[in-house]
Amino acid sequence: MALDEIKIGGLGASRRRVEDNRFIRGKGNYIDDIALPGMLHMEILRSPLAHARIRSIDVSAAWAVPGVRMVLTGDMLAARNLAWMPTLSYDTQAVLATDKVRFQGQEVACVVADDPYIAKDGCEAIVVDYEPLPPIVNPTQATAPGAPLIRDDKTGQDSNVVFDWEVGDRDGTDRAFAQADVVSTIEMHYPRSHPSPIETCGSIADFNRATSKLTVYMTTQAPHIIRAAVALVAELPEHMIRIVSPDLGGGFGNKVPVYPGYVVSILASILLECPVKWIEDKSGNLISTGFGRDIYLKGEMALRNDGRILGVRMHTDSDHGAFFSDAQPSKFKIGLMHSAFSCYDIPAAHLTAQGVYTNKAPGGVAYRCSFRVTEAMYFQERMVQAAASDLGMDQAEFRRINLVRDDDFPHRTPWGFLTDSGQYGKCLDLGLEAIGYEDFLRQKEEARQRGRLLGIGISTMTEPLGAGNSREYDILGIKMFDSAELKVHMTGKALLRTGAKTQGQGHETTWAQIVAHELGIPAEDVLVEEGDTDTAPFGMGTYASRSTPVAGAAVAMVSRKIRAKARKIAAHLLEVSEEDVEWELGRFSVRGAPDRGVTIQECAIAAYSNMPDGMEPGLENNAYYDPPNLTWPFACYIATVEVDPETGVWDVLRVVAVDDCGVRINPMIVEGQIMGGLTEAYAMANMQFITFDEDGNCIGSNYMDYLLPTAWETPGFELHEVVTPCPHHPIGAKGIGECATVGGPAAFVNAVIDAIGDSGVRNIDMPLLPDRVHEAITQGHDVSGAPPVRSEP
Amino acid sequence: MSTLYEEVPPSFAEDVPVRRVELTVNGERRAADVEPRLLLAHLLRNGFRLTGTHTGCDTTNCGACTVLYDGVPVKSCTMFAVQADGHEVLTVEGLATASELHPIQEGFKDEHGLQCGFCTPGMMLAAKALLEENPNPSEDEIRWALSGNLCRCTGYQNIVKAVMWAADKLGANAESDGADDAGDASSAEGAASNAGGEG
Repeated sequence: MALDEIKIGGLGASRRRVEDNRFIRGKGNYIDDIALPGMLHMEILRSPLAHARIRSIDVSAAWAVPGVRMVLTGDMLAARNLAWMPTLSYDTQAVLATDKVRFQGQEVACVVADDPYIAKDGCEAIVVDYEPLPPIVNPTQATAPGAPLIRDDKTGQDSNVVFDWEVGDRDGTDRAFAQADVVSTIEMHYPRSHPSPIETCGSIADFNRATSKLTVYMTTQAPHIIRAAVALVAELPEHMIRIVSPDLGGGFGNKVPVYPGYVVSILASILLECPVKWIEDKSGNLISTGFGRDIYLKGEMALRNDGRILGVRMHTDSDHGAFFSDAQPSKFKIGLMHSAFSCYDIPAAHLTAQGVYTNKAPGGVAYRCSFRVTEAMYFQERMVQAAASDLGMDQAEFRRINLVRDDDFPHRTPWGFLTDSGQYGKCLDLGLEAIGYEDFLRQKEEARQRGRLLGIGISTMTEPLGAGNSREYDILGIKMFDSAELKVHMTGKALLRTGAKTQGQGHETTWAQIVAHELGIPAEDVLVEEGDTDTAPFGMGTYASRSTPVAGAAVAMVSRKIRAKARKIAAHLLEVSEEDVEWELGRFSVRGAPDRGVTIQECAIAAYSNMPDGMEPGLENNAYYDPPNLTWPFACYIATVEVDPETGVWDVLRVVAVDDCGVRINPMIVEGQIMGGLTEAYAMANMQFITFDEDGNCIGSNYMDYLLPTAWETPGFELHEVVTPCPHHPIGAKGIGECATVGGPAAFVNAVIDAIGDSGVRNIDMPLLPDRVHEAITQGHDVSGAPPVRSEP
Repeated sequence: MSTLYEEVPPSFAEDVPVRRVELTVNGERRAADVEPRLLLAHLLRNGFRLTGTHTGCDTTNCGACTVLYDGVPVKSCTMFAVQADGHEVLTVEGLATASELHPIQEGFKDEHGLQCGFCTPGMMLAAKALLEENPNPSEDEIRWALSGNLCRCTGYQNIVKAVMWAADKLGANAESDGADDAGDASSAEGAASNAGGEG
């Protein structure tokens, strides 16, 4: 009799999480929980200024603090050729500043001491003499004639422009616009934000002179990439480097890049020959590590009166901070911005993009999204709302007219991606039905008569998740595959390791479910391990919602290899030919004689004790998986809000989410991902942003200024699902971790703009702070959130 | 040199001020010699190796470091260790007994109230304080009681459900434990403190 897949924790089981057993007891093992014998502690001295020349650094008083073991400056690093490091975007980044500081919070010196308090004392004793230079805080300023050159360290760099890039059909798009009945235009800014996991970054470097082995415990979402980077930057042999990523207190993209703190802790450990721990404080995390977004849009849509979109033009200006250290794996300068409008049937599109240096923190990351997809979908859905409004059409109807139809797959998107599956109209209809669309429109109108402002916002989108395939992705030439290694022990229990790295997504639970689905080994009999480069197979880590699409696929593939070998063993045990062996979950049987069978566990014992002649012993294998395409989940998010015209405060009434991420491995975990993503979407729409004053001071350098929603503000979410299996994924799954963060913000903003529609306002930049909304209502104009620029003295 | 001296102090440098603190942690009496500037969170984590108390933000906003101080939730990252002298502290490690999880811990697991787990200890202790005071909280009361604790992963909805799950379980325990007790509320309170297991 076949096993009950749900009972063994297979596909579709809302299995309770294995990792929770340690977390709920306070027995997680996060970076700061690790203490090694003889360990010293490192702190970083950061620049208080956004742009300044360093005249001198006096570290003598720091050395004099009792308990200080080492003080490191940029000059010391320069002597070892380590003052600068390469970035993931083919630029260079200062490890410790030598010539200038280029953003507030930049790393200037490090102090290593017996404990972190003393290391901080040492930092305070360092005296740096700065000559202030004019700071640049936005792209307009960066490209103005006579703007100060930020990257004067780079030969051949004579402006603050990082890149100019374009993609699409310029002529075809021009023709589409020439034929348009209506051209809809809008400008907006997606503000700088910070992923801000509650746990900051940190590392413990442990260089052992006797064995020449370097072990680094590090908060990283991609340990194998870090190992390669350390080998290249520090010129150490790769086999003598071990990177261990312990439990991570959240990542959201923040823990993908290489940061100066990691590099200096490694150098300090090598010089001092003892373990050196660096734990970043919250302020350091917010002002210096990988941010997300900070990009300006000029968007235009060519429209026909009947509601069809004929063409789209987008121009983006992106602010990369002082170093182009975007941690992005695509082959494109502006990431996957050109995945915008992938869910709509649009004949022609053209995108131009310019990136600039500014005196702000570097290290743009994909904050809970494939790179720039969040901006792309936000711009798309804001442009769509403006276009519907310009045509005087219902926003749901406008979407329905232009969404790609179910029988149009595979579909070539306006900028050349290939989407493969979806039921977009069904998701939209389900969302509209769940929110009670027609009823709400009536309520809205009634409320308006009484002076109350209600609004409804829709956001529909498909996004490219997976990173890769290797056709569109690599990191410094390394193709974006991933891996899994499965060892089935003789008692039928198993150890699974992958090249991904969980940060709360629940891999220890869900990977075992895939094994259970493929082999019939109960999930509880499968131990999952990740994050240690000495034991895990080479993989590219976890970000861009790539774990299930890539590593998860590798788990299925390695399980199938194991099953193929087990089938040979089963044939041997059953004394029939392999063709006469049939598989049902967990068991092989003889064709035509289903009572004669052996379980997968019996095959496992035989693999070590009674294998056929000529067969290699053991039941272990690995798989490296390069997906044929990205996965394309679809989502429809709908929010209703009420705006208080007196104060500009807006309250969320309801949020409906319809997600189609294909087959769900663990529905409970999928829903957890969606709710978490919606919360970050709400946060960005409502309160969460990092801005700068005219002097380049970071506003948002701690949790008193950088506002995150609590349980009190966060609305409830109503979740619905549609399942369109991914045609190329071994178990039909698509990425889901980021959909709600990507698609969610536009639903909230569209709702607020809808509520104040009578004011003629087309856009308020996020976050929709009460003062911005109030200004829009009372002044009747768009409200920009771009950082202010000092007027000429 | 060290800011923190463990229970048997080494010989101190003369110019470093040191104070002895004696406190009860998870029912056990502990002592340490510390610099007055040492934060309570760091005494718990580095002195007593109770690393379930996490430090997230340094500014009393995130609540990852929440412990119960004489039964009241406090943020141990903005309290000095010396302020705990003579007091009782409960950390996440004191929630479960050797054989049994606290219903709040069970609730967080059963309702998927955690993802990365970093904020979870603080959340659970804040929830424990709430349920001891109010055994049958409404959703709004739970949201308000947890509003000093930030979570970046879950979106709170399942955390609220986890606390409700625990309230139900504690209420059911109280009913079966104290069948002869008259009032629901008093029996639920009794169960809450019993189940804490901190003695």
